[in-house]
Amino acid sequence: MKPAVLTGEHYITGDVACAEGAIAAGCKFFGAYPITPATEIAEHMAARLPDIGGTFIQMEDEIAAIASILGAAWTGVKSMTATSGPGFSLMMENLGLGVCTETPCVIVNVQRTGPSTGLPTQTGQGDMMQARWGSHGDYELIALAPSSPQDCFYQTIRAFNLSEKYRVPVLVMADEIVGHMSEKVVIPEAKKIQVVDRPKPSGRKDRFHLYEAGPNGVAPMPAIGDGYNVHVTGLTHDERGYPAMTVEAQEEMMTRIKGKIRNNLDDIIETESYKMEDADIVVVSYGVSVRTGLSAVDQARAKGYKVGLLRLITVWPFPEEMIREIAKKVKGFITVEINLGQVHYEVERCAGGDAKAVLVGSAGGKIIHPEKVLACIQEEF
Amino acid sequence: MTTNPKKLAKPPEHPLDDLIRTERIPHIWCPGCGIGTVFSSCLSAIKATELPYNQFTMVSGIGCSARGAGYIKLDSFHTTHGRAIPFASGIKMARPDLKVIVFSGDGDLFAIGGNHFIHAARRNMDMTVICVNNLTYGMTGGQVAATTPNMAKSTTTPLGNPDSPFNLPLLAYAAGASYVARWTILQTRDLTTAINEAINHKGFSFIEVLSPCPINYGRRNKEKPIDTMKLYQDHTIIKHGANPAEADIDFGKGVVIGKFIHIDKSTCDDRYTEMHRPCIDD
Repeated sequence: MKPAVLTGEHYITGDVACAEGAIAAGCKFFGAYPITPATEIAEHMAARLPDIGGTFIQMEDEIAAIASILGAAWTGVKSMTATSGPGFSLMMENLGLGVCTETPCVIVNVQRTGPSTGLPTQTGQGDMMQARWGSHGDYELIALAPSSPQDCFYQTIRAFNLSEKYRVPVLVMADEIVGHMSEKVVIPEAKKIQVVDRPKPSGRKDRFHLYEAGPNGVAPMPAIGDGYNVHVTGLTHDERGYPAMTVEAQEEMMTRIKGKIRNNLDDIIETESYKMEDADIVVVSYGVSVRTGLSAVDQARAKGYKVGLLRLITVWPFPEEMIREIAKKVKGFITVEINLGQVHYEVERCAGGDAKAVLVGSAGGKIIHPEKVLACIQEEF
Repeated sequence: MTTNPKKLAKPPEHPLDDLIRTERIPHIWCPGCGIGTVFSSCLSAIKATELPYNQFTMVSGIGCSARGAGYIKLDSFHTTHGRAIPFASGIKMARPDLKVIVFSGDGDLFAIGGNHFIHAARRNMDMTVICVNNLTYGMTGGQVAATTPNMAKSTTTPLGNPDSPFNLPLLAYAAGASYVARWTILQTRDLTTAINEAINHKGFSFIEVLSPCPINYGRRNKEKPIDTMKLYQDHTIIKHGANPAEADIDFGKGVVIGKFIHIDKSTCDDRYTEMHRPCIDD
């Protein structure tokens, strides 16, 4: 049997790095449905999971794929699926079930261009608002955006860790370029990879309440067969997990499941800054568009503009406070994303008129050229 | 010293109380509904296996029958509409040693969830699917279902259902199920035996249970609760080993009930273990 962690240097695609990250994080179950450009994650997991005692199953559609990973998660294993736009749309209902029942799992969306079938083999970042709001009702979840194969490896591990810690589905919002490009990926020794496991209950089983939360708002999670006789429902439920059809129960449940994310933002939100120290113009970007941003910053600096880059590694929850603080000090923000304005509107909202907010977007299909950002800087600032 | 000791005595426990979340009773099912009878048969069948309860899990979708998962004192999952089977497949493939029971209704399993049903049957996924078939969408007030008889009235077919219903045993058999039976809530002993047999059967087992919905089906089709029971008694034919193709529901001609299929074939998890986990299973 091959080891779970393939320590060493590899030249692999983002999709494969994502799969290896999942395995390094302890993923033991993959529910699949093929879709370009995410299929390679499933293919790699199909080959790798048996090596490590895991289970791979290709389901009949994406609805079934996400349903299967939720079921598997309750047996105590870490589970995931991977998809792209059309499949992501089909997963929305059960994503809500995952949030409501606080089921840890990871969903990778290797984004392509939409709407509908769109450009199946070409890149896009048009699912960012769907990631935030696509399932019905109000909720909070976590979405991360990798910008390179190496990053796919690390962000998938982080996705599992956050998912286990906060008992929430975590989305890895990659894109076709990051998923399909090959770069050097360094996989460290297993002992150097931090792996988080869900909190498990202890104490008397007859007094156990499924959603009795600890100080961080997260309740310990038993597995099927542990003897806790859990009842898990997508209906509004009380602390015991039992359906409770009252506005009070709804309020209490929502306060906690939103609170466990909103009250732990410092732990969940991760960003990276480049040349931000003296910047008065800030390029905000995530995923593959970070590569556009980095090049644009260097080119603009060469022309004498004080430009920095703020890279959103965690996109949801959105780093609102950080943008508000930066807005007080700078002239403006330029959001670079392969859509016609999604995260841009969040930046604009948080800038709150204190700083200008402009979009360098595209209808999708290819990476945005740094010159487009440079032109925007020259035009707007 | 006038206290009657009988008045102080705790009411006797029901023999199935250890499998029921009694604090959740009363249940939501209407008077005259048959789901409770199917549920009770299911609990008796679980008990009769004499297996530890933590070896079982129940998964349901959405609808009246699906609420069963909320009353059973086992690890139980009330999921999304139509998705009980793929959720249960995830459980089964991650923990093949568990006995997985899907308890849901005809609307949930065969309209919105129809695709999942045929694929789980095709794979011979080792689980027991109990379908309470009341010929309608009860919870939403009696709309036409994939099982509603031709010309029957529903709120969305006020002039009668123009379409033909599924023959569920035939569908299950054609898709690959290795145990297929049909009973009505009148034959509770046969039903309990069948569910017990299905749980013990290694493979995809399917039991259709005809069950009345007097409020939302019977009322619109001039069928009083007692009429439905009479149909179950007088217009059914017990025929084990019958060809599922003869299992159309037509009470005019007589409805075939009994065990249609009971065959051994390899299951999804067996094949996965054999092909992919040879070392681990030792």
